[in-house]
Amino acid sequence: MDSVKDLLLLMISASLVSNVVLSQFLGLCPFLGVSRKIKTAAGMGGAVIFVITLASAVAGVIYKYVLQRFGIEYLQTIVFILVIAALVQFVEMFLRKAMPSLYEALGVYLPLITTNCAVLGVALSNVQKEYDILTGVVNGFATAVGFTIAIVILAGIREKMEYNDIPESFKGMPIVLVTAGLMAIAFCGFSGLL
Amino acid sequence: MNKSSMSTAWERLSNGLLKENPTFVLMLGMCPTLAVTTSAVNGLGMGLTTTVVLMLSNLIISLLRKIIPNRVRIPAFIVIIASFVTVVQLLLEAYIPFLNDALGMYIPLIVVNCIILGRAESYAYSNPPLPSFFDGLGMGLGFSFALTCIGAVRELLGAGTIFNYHIMPDSFTPINIFILAPGAFFVLAVLTAFQNYLKITRERAGKDASKIQSGCSEDCMNCTEGGCAKRFYDTSAEKKETEEHASQEPVENDKKEDK
Repeated sequence: MDSVKDLLLLMISASLVSNVVLSQFLGLCPFLGVSRKIKTAAGMGGAVIFVITLASAVAGVIYKYVLQRFGIEYLQTIVFILVIAALVQFVEMFLRKAMPSLYEALGVYLPLITTNCAVLGVALSNVQKEYDILTGVVNGFATAVGFTIAIVILAGIREKMEYNDIPESFKGMPIVLVTAGLMAIAFCGFSGLL
Repeated sequence: MNKSSMSTAWERLSNGLLKENPTFVLMLGMCPTLAVTTSAVNGLGMGLTTTVVLMLSNLIISLLRKIIPNRVRIPAFIVIIASFVTVVQLLLEAYIPFLNDALGMYIPLIVVNCIILGRAESYAYSNPPLPSFFDGLGMGLGFSFALTCIGAVRELLGAGTIFNYHIMPDSFTPINIFILAPGAFFVLAVLTAFQNYLKITRERAGKDASKIQSGCSEDCMNCTEGGCAKRFYDTSAEKKETEEHASQEPVENDKKEDK
Protein backbone atom coordinates (compact mmCIF):
# COMPACT_ATOMS: atom_id res chain seq x y z
CA MET A 1 0.00 0.00 0.00
CA ASP A 2 2.82 2.27 0.95
CA SER A 3 4.39 2.11 -2.49
CA VAL A 4 1.08 2.98 -4.18
CA LYS A 5 0.80 6.02 -1.93
CA ASP A 6 4.36 7.01 -2.77
CA LEU A 7 3.64 6.71 -6.49
CA LEU A 8 0.52 8.86 -6.16
CA LEU A 9 2.46 11.51 -4.29
CA LEU A 10 5.15 11.37 -6.96
CA MET A 11 2.52 11.88 -9.67
CA ILE A 12 1.16 14.97 -7.96
CA SER A 13 4.60 16.38 -7.35
CA ALA A 14 5.85 15.72 -10.89
CA SER A 15 2.76 17.02 -12.68
CA LEU A 16 1.73 20.00 -10.56
CA VAL A 17 4.21 21.02 -7.89
CA SER A 18 7.39 20.98 -9.96
CA ASN A 19 5.71 21.40 -13.32
CA VAL A 20 8.07 20.56 -16.15
CA VAL A 21 7.65 23.79 -18.14
CA LEU A 22 6.60 26.30 -15.55
CA SER A 23 9.17 25.53 -12.92
CA GLN A 24 11.88 23.55 -14.70
CA PHE A 25 11.76 25.23 -18.13
CA LEU A 26 12.05 21.98 -20.01
CA GLY A 27 10.14 21.70 -23.27
CA LEU A 28 9.73 25.43 -23.50
CA CYS A 29 9.90 25.48 -27.28
CA PRO A 30 6.75 23.46 -28.02
CA PHE A 31 5.09 25.14 -25.04
CA LEU A 32 5.48 28.54 -26.68
CA GLY A 33 5.45 27.42 -30.29
CA VAL A 34 2.46 25.06 -30.54
CA SER A 35 0.05 26.71 -28.13
CA ARG A 36 -1.99 28.90 -30.40
CA LYS A 37 -5.05 26.64 -30.54
CA ILE A 38 -6.41 24.32 -27.86
CA LYS A 39 -6.83 21.51 -30.38
CA THR A 40 -3.22 21.50 -31.55
CA ALA A 41 -2.00 22.00 -27.99
CA ALA A 42 -3.93 18.94 -26.86
CA GLY A 43 -2.50 16.94 -29.79
CA MET A 44 1.01 18.00 -28.84
CA GLY A 45 0.29 17.09 -25.22
CA GLY A 46 -0.91 13.63 -26.25
CA ALA A 47 2.21 13.03 -28.31
CA VAL A 48 4.43 14.20 -25.45
CA ILE A 49 2.69 11.89 -22.96
CA PHE A 50 3.11 8.98 -25.36
CA VAL A 51 6.78 9.61 -26.14
CA ILE A 52 7.95 10.53 -22.63
CA THR A 53 6.31 7.51 -21.02
CA LEU A 54 7.79 5.20 -23.63
CA ALA A 55 11.20 6.87 -23.56
CA SER A 56 11.49 6.76 -19.78
CA ALA A 57 10.65 3.05 -19.85
CA VAL A 58 13.21 2.29 -22.55
CA ALA A 59 15.87 4.52 -21.00
CA GLY A 60 15.28 2.92 -17.60
CA VAL A 61 15.70 -0.58 -19.00
CA ILE A 62 18.82 0.35 -20.93
CA TYR A 63 20.35 2.10 -17.93
CA LYS A 64 19.75 -0.82 -15.63
CA TYR A 65 20.60 -3.73 -17.91
CA VAL A 66 23.25 -2.28 -20.19
CA LEU A 67 24.95 0.78 -18.71
CA GLN A 68 24.99 -0.28 -15.07
CA ARG A 69 25.82 -3.85 -15.86
CA PHE A 70 28.94 -2.94 -17.79
CA GLY A 71 29.83 -0.02 -15.54
CA ILE A 72 29.61 2.63 -18.24
CA GLU A 73 27.11 4.97 -16.60
CA TYR A 74 29.07 7.99 -17.75
CA LEU A 75 27.91 7.34 -21.30
CA GLN A 76 24.28 8.00 -20.32
CA THR A 77 23.94 11.34 -22.10
CA ILE A 78 25.13 9.96 -25.44
CA VAL A 79 23.17 6.73 -25.16
CA PHE A 80 19.94 8.39 -24.05
CA ILE A 81 19.88 11.01 -26.78
CA LEU A 82 20.54 8.43 -29.48
CA VAL A 83 17.99 6.00 -28.05
CA ILE A 84 15.34 8.72 -27.82
CA ALA A 85 15.99 9.97 -31.35
CA ALA A 86 15.83 6.44 -32.73
CA LEU A 87 12.77 5.62 -30.66
CA VAL A 88 10.81 8.62 -31.90
CA GLN A 89 11.65 7.77 -35.50
CA PHE A 90 10.68 4.17 -34.94
CA VAL A 91 7.40 5.05 -33.20
CA GLU A 92 6.55 7.36 -36.06
CA MET A 93 7.12 4.64 -38.66
CA PHE A 94 5.25 2.07 -36.58
CA LEU A 95 2.24 4.32 -36.05
CA ARG A 96 2.08 5.23 -39.71
CA LYS A 97 1.90 1.57 -40.73
CA ALA A 98 -0.03 0.02 -37.86
CA MET A 99 -2.34 2.64 -36.42
CA PRO A 100 -3.14 5.29 -39.02
CA SER A 101 -5.85 6.89 -36.88
CA LEU A 102 -3.49 7.46 -33.97
CA TYR A 103 -0.86 8.66 -36.44
CA GLU A 104 -3.31 11.22 -37.76
CA ALA A 105 -3.78 12.57 -34.26
CA LEU A 106 -0.23 12.47 -32.94
CA GLY A 107 2.08 11.78 -35.87
CA VAL A 108 2.49 15.36 -36.95
CA TYR A 109 3.98 16.29 -33.61
CA LEU A 110 6.35 13.37 -33.25
CA PRO A 111 9.28 14.80 -35.25
CA LEU A 112 9.01 17.98 -33.22
CA ILE A 113 9.66 16.05 -30.04
CA THR A 114 12.96 14.36 -30.92
CA THR A 115 15.07 17.27 -29.78
CA ASN A 116 12.70 18.24 -26.99
CA CYS A 117 14.72 18.66 -23.85
CA ALA A 118 11.81 17.48 -21.69
CA VAL A 119 12.22 13.90 -22.97
CA LEU A 120 15.94 13.78 -22.31
CA GLY A 121 15.46 15.69 -19.07
CA VAL A 122 13.03 13.13 -17.66
CA ALA A 123 15.29 10.23 -18.60
CA LEU A 124 18.26 11.93 -16.94
CA SER A 125 16.42 12.99 -13.81
CA ASN A 126 15.11 9.43 -13.36
CA VAL A 127 18.70 8.27 -13.28
CA GLN A 128 19.84 11.14 -11.07
CA LYS A 129 17.14 10.48 -8.49
CA GLU A 130 17.84 6.73 -8.67
CA TYR A 131 14.26 5.75 -9.45
CA ASP A 132 13.60 2.12 -10.34
CA ILE A 133 12.02 1.42 -13.72
CA LEU A 134 8.37 1.52 -12.57
CA THR A 135 8.83 4.73 -10.58
CA GLY A 136 10.67 6.18 -13.55
CA VAL A 137 7.81 5.41 -15.93
CA VAL A 138 5.27 6.89 -13.49
CA ASN A 139 7.44 9.96 -13.11
CA GLY A 140 7.71 10.30 -16.89
CA PHE A 141 3.99 9.92 -17.39
CA ALA A 142 3.15 12.43 -14.65
CA THR A 143 5.69 14.94 -15.97
CA ALA A 144 4.15 14.70 -19.43
CA VAL A 145 0.66 15.11 -17.98
CA GLY A 146 1.91 18.25 -16.27
CA PHE A 147 3.20 19.49 -19.63
CA THR A 148 -0.18 18.80 -21.24
CA ILE A 149 -2.06 20.63 -18.47
CA ALA A 150 0.19 23.65 -18.84
CA ILE A 151 0.12 23.82 -22.65
CA VAL A 152 -3.66 23.37 -22.88
CA ILE A 153 -4.28 26.11 -20.29
CA LEU A 154 -1.88 28.42 -22.10
CA ALA A 155 -3.58 27.71 -25.44
CA GLY A 156 -6.96 28.49 -23.88
CA ILE A 157 -5.70 31.80 -22.56
CA ARG A 158 -4.08 32.66 -25.90
CA GLU A 159 -7.32 31.96 -27.76
CA LYS A 160 -9.14 34.38 -25.49
CA MET A 161 -6.35 36.92 -25.72
CA GLU A 162 -6.38 37.11 -29.48
CA TYR A 163 -8.84 39.98 -29.62
CA ASN A 164 -7.42 41.97 -26.73
CA ASP A 165 -5.80 45.32 -27.21
CA ILE A 166 -2.12 44.72 -26.48
CA PRO A 167 0.65 47.35 -26.73
CA GLU A 168 2.39 46.95 -30.06
CA SER A 169 5.77 45.90 -28.68
CA PHE A 170 4.17 43.27 -26.48
CA LYS A 171 2.30 41.57 -29.31
CA GLY A 172 3.28 37.99 -30.04
CA MET A 173 5.90 36.34 -27.86
CA PRO A 174 6.25 38.88 -25.01
CA ILE A 175 2.62 38.71 -23.94
CA VAL A 176 2.71 34.92 -24.10
CA LEU A 177 5.73 34.97 -21.81
CA VAL A 178 3.94 37.29 -19.38
CA THR A 179 1.02 34.86 -19.41
CA ALA A 180 3.38 31.96 -18.75
CA GLY A 181 4.91 33.92 -15.86
CA LEU A 182 1.51 34.48 -14.29
CA MET A 183 0.73 30.79 -14.76
CA ALA A 184 4.00 29.94 -13.08
CA ILE A 185 2.99 32.09 -10.10
CA ALA A 186 -0.33 30.27 -9.95
CA PHE A 187 1.45 26.91 -10.08
CA CYS A 188 3.66 28.04 -7.18
CA GLY A 189 0.47 27.72 -5.14
CA PHE A 190 0.63 23.96 -5.56
CA SER A 191 3.86 23.82 -3.57
CA GLY A 192 1.81 23.83 -0.38
CA LEU A 193 0.15 20.63 -1.54
CA LEU A 194 2.85 18.23 -0.39
CA MET B 1 48.49 32.62 -38.88
CA ASN B 2 48.45 35.13 -41.74
CA LYS B 3 46.59 38.39 -41.90
CA SER B 4 43.46 37.27 -43.73
CA SER B 5 42.79 34.36 -41.40
CA MET B 6 43.27 36.75 -38.47
CA SER B 7 40.59 38.98 -39.87
CA THR B 8 38.15 36.11 -40.47
CA ALA B 9 38.72 34.99 -36.91
CA TRP B 10 38.02 38.49 -35.64
CA GLU B 11 34.99 38.82 -37.89
CA ARG B 12 33.57 35.55 -36.51
CA LEU B 13 34.18 36.62 -32.92
CA SER B 14 32.41 39.95 -33.25
CA ASN B 15 29.63 38.31 -35.25
CA GLY B 16 28.83 35.97 -32.38
CA LEU B 17 29.22 38.59 -29.68
CA LEU B 18 27.20 41.37 -31.29
CA LYS B 19 25.73 41.02 -34.74
CA GLU B 20 24.19 37.58 -34.31
CA ASN B 21 24.18 37.29 -30.54
CA PRO B 22 22.47 33.93 -29.98
CA THR B 23 20.31 35.10 -27.10
CA PHE B 24 19.62 38.76 -27.73
CA VAL B 25 19.31 38.64 -31.50
CA LEU B 26 18.62 35.07 -32.62
CA MET B 27 16.78 33.87 -29.48
CA LEU B 28 18.24 30.39 -29.54
CA GLY B 29 18.56 27.99 -26.63
CA MET B 30 16.01 29.58 -24.37
CA CYS B 31 15.56 26.62 -21.99
CA PRO B 32 18.94 26.97 -20.23
CA THR B 33 18.72 30.74 -20.53
CA LEU B 34 15.66 30.80 -18.33
CA ALA B 35 16.52 27.96 -16.03
CA VAL B 36 20.04 28.75 -14.86
CA THR B 37 20.07 32.55 -14.77
CA THR B 38 19.02 32.80 -11.13
CA SER B 39 22.33 34.53 -10.43
CA ALA B 40 25.12 36.10 -12.45
CA VAL B 41 27.61 33.41 -11.43
CA ASN B 42 25.34 30.60 -12.59
CA GLY B 43 24.68 32.40 -15.87
CA LEU B 44 28.39 32.89 -16.48
CA GLY B 45 29.17 29.28 -15.58
CA MET B 46 26.55 27.92 -17.93
CA GLY B 47 27.69 30.29 -20.67
CA LEU B 48 31.33 29.28 -20.40
CA THR B 49 30.47 25.58 -20.25
CA THR B 50 28.44 25.95 -23.42
CA THR B 51 31.28 27.94 -25.00
CA VAL B 52 33.76 25.12 -24.44
CA VAL B 53 31.41 22.55 -25.94
CA LEU B 54 30.58 24.85 -28.86
CA MET B 55 34.21 25.57 -29.69
CA LEU B 56 35.36 21.98 -29.57
CA SER B 57 32.37 20.51 -31.38
CA ASN B 58 32.62 23.15 -34.10
CA LEU B 59 36.32 22.40 -34.53
CA ILE B 60 35.86 18.62 -34.73
CA ILE B 61 32.82 18.79 -36.99
CA SER B 62 34.66 21.13 -39.30
CA LEU B 63 37.68 18.80 -39.40
CA LEU B 64 35.42 15.85 -40.19
CA ARG B 65 33.16 17.69 -42.61
CA LYS B 66 34.51 15.88 -45.69
CA ILE B 67 34.23 12.47 -44.01
CA ILE B 68 30.73 12.69 -42.54
CA PRO B 69 28.19 11.67 -45.20
CA ASN B 70 25.42 14.19 -45.71
CA ARG B 71 22.62 11.77 -44.88
CA VAL B 72 23.79 10.84 -41.39
CA ARG B 73 25.24 14.20 -40.48
CA ILE B 74 22.72 15.02 -37.73
CA PRO B 75 23.27 11.81 -35.73
CA ALA B 76 27.01 12.28 -36.22
CA PHE B 77 26.81 15.85 -34.90
CA ILE B 78 24.79 14.70 -31.92
CA VAL B 79 27.31 12.01 -31.03
CA ILE B 80 30.20 14.49 -31.25
CA ILE B 81 28.36 17.10 -29.20
CA ALA B 82 27.20 14.58 -26.60
CA SER B 83 30.76 13.30 -26.19
CA PHE B 84 32.08 16.78 -25.46
CA VAL B 85 29.21 17.46 -23.09
CA THR B 86 30.07 14.29 -21.18
CA VAL B 87 33.74 15.30 -21.02
CA VAL B 88 32.88 18.78 -19.78
CA GLN B 89 30.42 17.41 -17.25
CA LEU B 90 33.02 15.05 -15.78
CA LEU B 91 35.57 17.89 -15.62
CA LEU B 92 33.11 20.17 -13.83
CA GLU B 93 32.23 17.41 -11.40
CA ALA B 94 35.89 16.96 -10.56
CA TYR B 95 37.18 20.54 -10.48
CA ILE B 96 34.26 22.97 -9.98
CA PRO B 97 31.78 20.93 -7.92
CA PHE B 98 29.74 23.93 -6.73
CA LEU B 99 28.93 24.92 -10.31
CA ASN B 100 28.09 21.33 -11.13
CA ASP B 101 25.61 21.27 -8.24
CA ALA B 102 24.10 24.62 -9.19
CA LEU B 103 23.60 23.75 -12.85
CA GLY B 104 22.70 20.12 -12.21
CA MET B 105 20.66 18.54 -14.94
CA TYR B 106 21.08 21.46 -17.31
CA ILE B 107 24.66 20.47 -18.12
CA PRO B 108 23.79 17.22 -19.92
CA LEU B 109 20.92 19.12 -21.52
CA ILE B 110 23.47 21.27 -23.38
CA VAL B 111 23.30 18.45 -25.95
CA VAL B 112 19.86 19.56 -27.08
CA ASN B 113 20.71 23.26 -27.02
CA CYS B 114 19.72 24.70 -30.37
CA ILE B 115 22.76 26.96 -30.60
CA ILE B 116 25.27 24.14 -30.81
CA LEU B 117 23.50 22.02 -33.39
CA GLY B 118 22.52 25.18 -35.24
CA ARG B 119 26.13 26.35 -35.53
CA ALA B 120 27.33 22.89 -36.52
CA GLU B 121 24.75 22.72 -39.27
CA SER B 122 24.88 26.27 -40.55
CA TYR B 123 28.57 27.07 -40.14
CA ALA B 124 31.00 24.37 -39.11
CA TYR B 125 29.81 21.78 -41.63
CA SER B 126 30.64 24.03 -44.56
CA ASN B 127 33.67 26.00 -43.35
CA PRO B 128 37.33 25.30 -42.54
CA PRO B 129 38.40 24.48 -38.95
CA LEU B 130 39.92 27.79 -37.87
CA PRO B 131 36.97 30.08 -38.65
CA SER B 132 34.63 27.41 -37.25
CA PHE B 133 36.56 27.36 -34.00
CA PHE B 134 36.34 31.15 -33.69
CA ASP B 135 32.70 31.08 -34.72
CA GLY B 136 32.07 28.74 -31.78
CA LEU B 137 34.11 30.96 -29.50
CA GLY B 138 32.26 34.10 -30.58
CA MET B 139 28.83 32.53 -30.32
CA GLY B 140 29.73 31.01 -26.96
CA LEU B 141 31.02 34.30 -25.57
CA GLY B 142 27.93 36.06 -26.86
CA PHE B 143 25.81 33.48 -25.10
CA SER B 144 27.85 33.82 -21.88
CA PHE B 145 27.54 37.60 -22.04
CA ALA B 146 23.78 37.40 -22.46
CA LEU B 147 23.32 34.84 -19.69
CA THR B 148 25.47 36.87 -17.31
CA CYS B 149 23.45 40.01 -18.05
CA ILE B 150 20.11 38.28 -17.51
CA GLY B 151 21.48 36.57 -14.40
CA ALA B 152 22.75 39.89 -13.04
CA VAL B 153 19.38 41.59 -13.55
CA ARG B 154 17.52 38.75 -11.87
CA GLU B 155 20.00 38.58 -9.00
CA LEU B 156 19.86 42.36 -8.52
CA LEU B 157 16.08 42.48 -8.36
CA GLY B 158 15.62 39.19 -6.55
CA ALA B 159 18.39 39.36 -3.97
CA GLY B 160 19.88 42.85 -4.23
CA THR B 161 23.32 41.55 -5.18
CA ILE B 162 25.46 41.02 -8.27
CA PHE B 163 28.10 38.28 -8.18
CA ASN B 164 27.24 38.07 -4.45
CA TYR B 165 28.29 41.71 -3.86
CA HIS B 166 25.67 43.88 -2.20
CA ILE B 167 24.63 46.59 -4.61
CA MET B 168 21.25 47.75 -3.50
CA PRO B 169 20.83 49.95 -0.39
CA ASP B 170 19.58 48.24 2.73
CA SER B 171 16.18 49.85 2.39
CA PHE B 172 15.60 47.81 -0.79
CA THR B 173 13.39 44.78 -0.20
CA PRO B 174 14.42 42.00 -2.59
CA ILE B 175 11.63 40.99 -4.95
CA ASN B 176 12.02 37.32 -4.33
CA ILE B 177 9.97 36.25 -7.32
CA PHE B 178 12.71 37.28 -9.74
CA ILE B 179 14.98 34.45 -8.73
CA LEU B 180 12.08 32.01 -8.81
CA ALA B 181 10.66 30.51 -11.98
CA PRO B 182 8.05 33.20 -12.79
CA GLY B 183 10.70 35.94 -12.72
CA ALA B 184 12.51 34.28 -15.61
CA PHE B 185 9.41 34.51 -17.76
CA PHE B 186 8.90 38.18 -16.88
CA VAL B 187 12.50 39.15 -17.59
CA LEU B 188 12.41 37.36 -20.93
CA ALA B 189 9.05 38.97 -21.72
CA VAL B 190 10.51 42.43 -21.22
CA LEU B 191 13.55 41.49 -23.27
CA THR B 192 11.51 40.24 -26.22
CA ALA B 193 9.22 43.26 -25.96
CA PHE B 194 12.29 45.49 -26.21
CA GLN B 195 13.44 43.54 -29.27
CA ASN B 196 10.01 43.94 -30.82
CA TYR B 197 10.21 47.64 -30.18
CA LEU B 198 13.63 47.87 -31.83
CA LYS B 199 12.41 45.87 -34.78
CA ILE B 200 9.33 47.99 -35.25
CA THR B 201 11.23 51.28 -35.06
CA ARG B 202 13.92 50.00 -37.43
CA GLU B 203 11.39 48.83 -39.94
CA ARG B 204 9.68 52.21 -39.81
CA ALA B 205 13.02 53.86 -40.50
CA GLY B 206 13.30 51.59 -43.52
CA LYS B 207 16.23 49.54 -42.24
CA ASP B 208 16.60 45.82 -42.55
CA ALA B 209 15.63 44.18 -39.27
CA SER B 210 15.07 40.64 -40.48
CA LYS B 211 17.99 39.37 -38.39
CA ILE B 212 16.21 40.20 -35.14
CA GLN B 213 14.06 37.27 -34.17
CA SER B 214 11.51 38.11 -31.57
CA GLY B 215 11.09 35.16 -29.31
CA CYS B 216 10.53 31.80 -30.82
CA SER B 217 8.88 33.53 -33.81
CA GLU B 218 6.19 31.38 -35.36
CA ASP B 219 7.26 27.86 -34.74
CA CYS B 220 10.14 27.63 -32.38
CA MET B 221 10.96 24.05 -33.21
CA ASN B 222 12.22 25.33 -36.48
CA CYS B 223 14.60 27.41 -34.49
CA THR B 224 14.74 30.55 -36.57
CA GLU B 225 17.31 30.94 -39.29
CA GLY B 226 20.13 29.27 -37.36
CA GLY B 227 18.13 26.27 -38.41
CA CYS B 228 18.32 22.97 -36.68
CA ALA B 229 15.15 21.03 -36.22
CA LYS B 230 13.90 22.26 -39.57
CA ARG B 231 16.53 20.29 -41.40
CA PHE B 232 16.35 17.23 -39.20
CA TYR B 233 13.86 15.59 -41.45
CA ASP B 234 13.59 15.83 -45.16
CA THR B 235 9.85 15.54 -44.88
CA SER B 236 9.52 18.43 -42.47
CA ALA B 237 8.12 20.77 -45.11
CA GLU B 238 5.27 18.41 -45.78
CA LYS B 239 4.75 17.94 -42.05
CA LYS B 240 4.64 21.64 -41.45
CA GLU B 241 2.05 22.00 -44.14
CA THR B 242 -0.17 19.41 -42.47
CA GLU B 243 0.31 21.14 -39.16
CA GLU B 244 -0.63 24.51 -40.58
CA HIS B 245 -3.59 22.90 -42.20
CA ALA B 246 -4.59 21.37 -38.88
CA SER B 247 -4.28 24.68 -37.10
CA GLN B 248 -6.25 26.48 -39.77
CA GLU B 249 -9.18 24.14 -39.70
CA PRO B 250 -10.58 25.22 -36.35
CA VAL B 251 -10.52 28.83 -37.49
CA GLU B 252 -12.64 28.01 -40.50
CA ASN B 253 -15.04 26.06 -38.35
CA ASP B 254 -15.34 28.99 -35.98
CA LYS B 255 -16.18 31.25 -38.86
CA LYS B 256 -18.88 28.92 -40.06
CA GLU B 257 -20.38 28.82 -36.65
CA ASP B 258 -20.38 32.59 -36.50
CA LYS B 259 -22.41 32.78 -39.66
